[in-house]
Amino acid sequence: MADIRNNFVGIKSPNPFWLASAPPTDKAYNVERAYAAGWGGVVWKTLGEEGPPVVNVNGPRYGAIWGADRRLLGLNNIELITDRPLQINLQEMKAVKKKWRDRALIASIMVPCEEEAWKAILPLVEETEADGIELNFGCPHGMSERGMGAAVGQVPEYVEMVVRWCKQYTRMPVITKLTPNVTDVRRPARAAKNGGTDAVSLINTINSITGVDLDTCSPTPSIDGKGTHGGYCGPAVKPIALNMVAEIARDPETYGLPISGIGGVTTWRDAAEFLMLGAGNVQVCTAAMTYGFKIVQEMITGLEAWMDEKGYATLDDFRGKAVPNVTDWQYLNLNYIAKAHIDQDACIKCGRCHIACEDTSHQAITNMVNGVRHFEVIEEECVACNLCIDVCPVENCITMVEKQPGEIDKRTGKVVSADYANWTTHPNNPMAKVAAE
Amino acid sequence: MGRLEPGIHSGRLSPAEYDKNFSELHPVFSDHEALVASDRCYFCYDAPCMTACPTSIDVPLFIRQISTGNAIGAAKTIFDQNIMGGMCARVCPTETLCEQACVRNTAEERPVEIGRLQRFATDKAMNAGKQFYTRLNSNGKSVGVVGAGPAGLAAAHRLAMHGFNVMVYDHREKAGGLNEYGIATYKATDEIAQKEVDYILSIGGIDVLDGEMLGRDFTLADLKSRHDAVFLGIGLGGVNALTVQGTHEYGVVDAVEFIANLRQADAKGDVPVGRRVVVIGGGMTAVDAAVQAKLLGAEEVTMCYRRGQEHMNASLYEQELAASKGVLIRHWLAPKAVLSHGGHVTGITMAYTHLENGLLKETGHTIDIACDQILTAIGQTLDIAGLDTIKVEKGKIVIDEEGKTSVAGVWAGGDCATGGEDLTVSAVAMGRDAAMSIIKSLA
Repeated sequence: MADIRNNFVGIKSPNPFWLASAPPTDKAYNVERAYAAGWGGVVWKTLGEEGPPVVNVNGPRYGAIWGADRRLLGLNNIELITDRPLQINLQEMKAVKKKWRDRALIASIMVPCEEEAWKAILPLVEETEADGIELNFGCPHGMSERGMGAAVGQVPEYVEMVVRWCKQYTRMPVITKLTPNVTDVRRPARAAKNGGTDAVSLINTINSITGVDLDTCSPTPSIDGKGTHGGYCGPAVKPIALNMVAEIARDPETYGLPISGIGGVTTWRDAAEFLMLGAGNVQVCTAAMTYGFKIVQEMITGLEAWMDEKGYATLDDFRGKAVPNVTDWQYLNLNYIAKAHIDQDACIKCGRCHIACEDTSHQAITNMVNGVRHFEVIEEECVACNLCIDVCPVENCITMVEKQPGEIDKRTGKVVSADYANWTTHPNNPMAKVAAE
Repeated sequence: MGRLEPGIHSGRLSPAEYDKNFSELHPVFSDHEALVASDRCYFCYDAPCMTACPTSIDVPLFIRQISTGNAIGAAKTIFDQNIMGGMCARVCPTETLCEQACVRNTAEERPVEIGRLQRFATDKAMNAGKQFYTRLNSNGKSVGVVGAGPAGLAAAHRLAMHGFNVMVYDHREKAGGLNEYGIATYKATDEIAQKEVDYILSIGGIDVLDGEMLGRDFTLADLKSRHDAVFLGIGLGGVNALTVQGTHEYGVVDAVEFIANLRQADAKGDVPVGRRVVVIGGGMTAVDAAVQAKLLGAEEVTMCYRRGQEHMNASLYEQELAASKGVLIRHWLAPKAVLSHGGHVTGITMAYTHLENGLLKETGHTIDIACDQILTAIGQTLDIAGLDTIKVEKGKIVIDEEGKTSVAGVWAGGDCATGGEDLTVSAVAMGRDAAMSIIKSLA
């Protein structure tokens, strides 16, 4: 049986599934239910500085988009950091950690961008015996208007400065949580590393308006007829998160920096993908908020079963294995030729591949052959764009078949070459590198 | 006694049981159910369901409209092709039409529930009193339509839309044809047939003359002299009678009449039914009669068909429905003689049959089935009274692709004409298409 125990910057947990700092981790009651359900770790919902706590709106905090059968695909929220007094949170954290020694407990923190503020809170958190801290530089709504959250994460110099203070005033491992609301996520990641962070976690939520109420003309979620942008998360953001994780994992300046992957992790498969792109573990929120804490049991058993099947004994056996395969477009092999192929036994004849190709792409799929409804790839036209596979409702009905060297590409009439050749040397590229005479 | 009273009696069940038995077979989808069901549609290209529909309703489009919260728009998509989309949603044998063609059958042997989604959309529009069509100004031309059934009303609606003045002749008291008189009660609850008639007539330009029968009150020649064009949607007015000994005894009833009487009865408990009933026939009418005899409280209902199951006209779905209601379906039995005592039916002698070189033959063995009532559903026939010299072949008025008969200026469609499928939906298609042909030829 695969061993999925996790050691992330020295923080041990029985599995790599942590609950992200969010509504599900706001108090002992929820956190204990999460541990009981099997979660390996919890990042306690963000603590603010001592004094009167923040207040939340008293109307809707969440908005959503749905797929077929109202399956939740994306969630957005305008909830702020914890609205409970700091001392209550600290007392509960201490009690919970004492009771659940084998689980990871991380404190998420967000205080003003002043050295004194950080210096004041860190010892209080340390006293709870939490395993580490996560710096919330990502929250894109509300707190950012007050110069915290994403307002810090969007300025690399601030990121570096605060991380440095934290490393100076605490022995606890520091995880820096990054906002995706930037043009290049590598810059705050590099800044965090320069400040001495032990790890980064990403992504926090994305600026979003989930919809507009067409009767009241208000963005949703709507508070008394007005709305504001919220933070977007859930399955819809996973591709964005994967890319940002990969960018940091393959950046020479941050290469090897531990990453806690966050963003739309809903199944064991999502988690495995994050780990393969270099994440040391994953954090989950929306899946739990959609289905409850029990969802972790599917993640644990699914990951173990897959690792057993693949022969991976520990998480380290496959972690980062996809990182070397993330490259720039210019290095993709232009001599690689594939063609779509439709399995006629699996085809249910819905015709979506045909109409997608016919109307919007390359006119490379039939709809009628000898007067019979029949969908087949016309290799002379197929550029292997993959759209037919993406729109086909039957999994594995359409596949991409690689042309072997020596075969003829019927579209170009050329023989498929075994050689690798990319854009940097292509004759159509005015900047092509030409071998010296 | 009540329930087990021998002979033919009404009131076999409690009022609550009648209500339950004659309530709707498939209630209308709730909004949530409709959303879930509509999500399953793949929006196929050149969708097979659309091709399978005799009226060519754009099924993927109307289902997508439902899934995006536009049920009223969905209803218009349906009515554009089939103004009786509401009734068709209830009575179409979708399992052999659109739903049989659904690609989900290939994927998971369970089609998108097209019929029930169509019902959902059309109910929304009709309950909201939403009218999508306006009549063009009268063009002064007149068309006579004989028969206020699905074919006649579909033709009348299309003609009226285009500005024609339409006079519909029907010998019955109510318009609607088989929708009103021929459909099983549990498929057409809540006065749907009359609501649909009202919906169609509300466009204006259509007058209905009831109590007027072709061949009795007027002839085809009369119509031709009164109107610029004539459409015949007269259905099959006659029924085949049993030709065996004893058919005049009390208790031998034509199933078409039995179904019609039941539909028109205000209280189903007033409709008499035998304690033991034998239904002769293997088509939809036989199933409708047999199922409803059971629902009226008959203790035992046996459907006898002279050929095998594979030859039955009733769809498998209908056969299963009959079985689920407790009807016993027996094959390879042909009626031989009605048994009676004191003028009342006591049973029926059936001859066992089989095929010999492709021909149906009696085997020489017989069986007596005890019963109080015999319902005959062995086919309906064209009533040719008043049709003059119009060409008829194999019991149907011969028409061309546009619905033209052999007589100039006379069109026909629905069950009375060649080329249909004896379904409401094909009658609507034929009426609609004949109307378009009339519009073209009188332009």
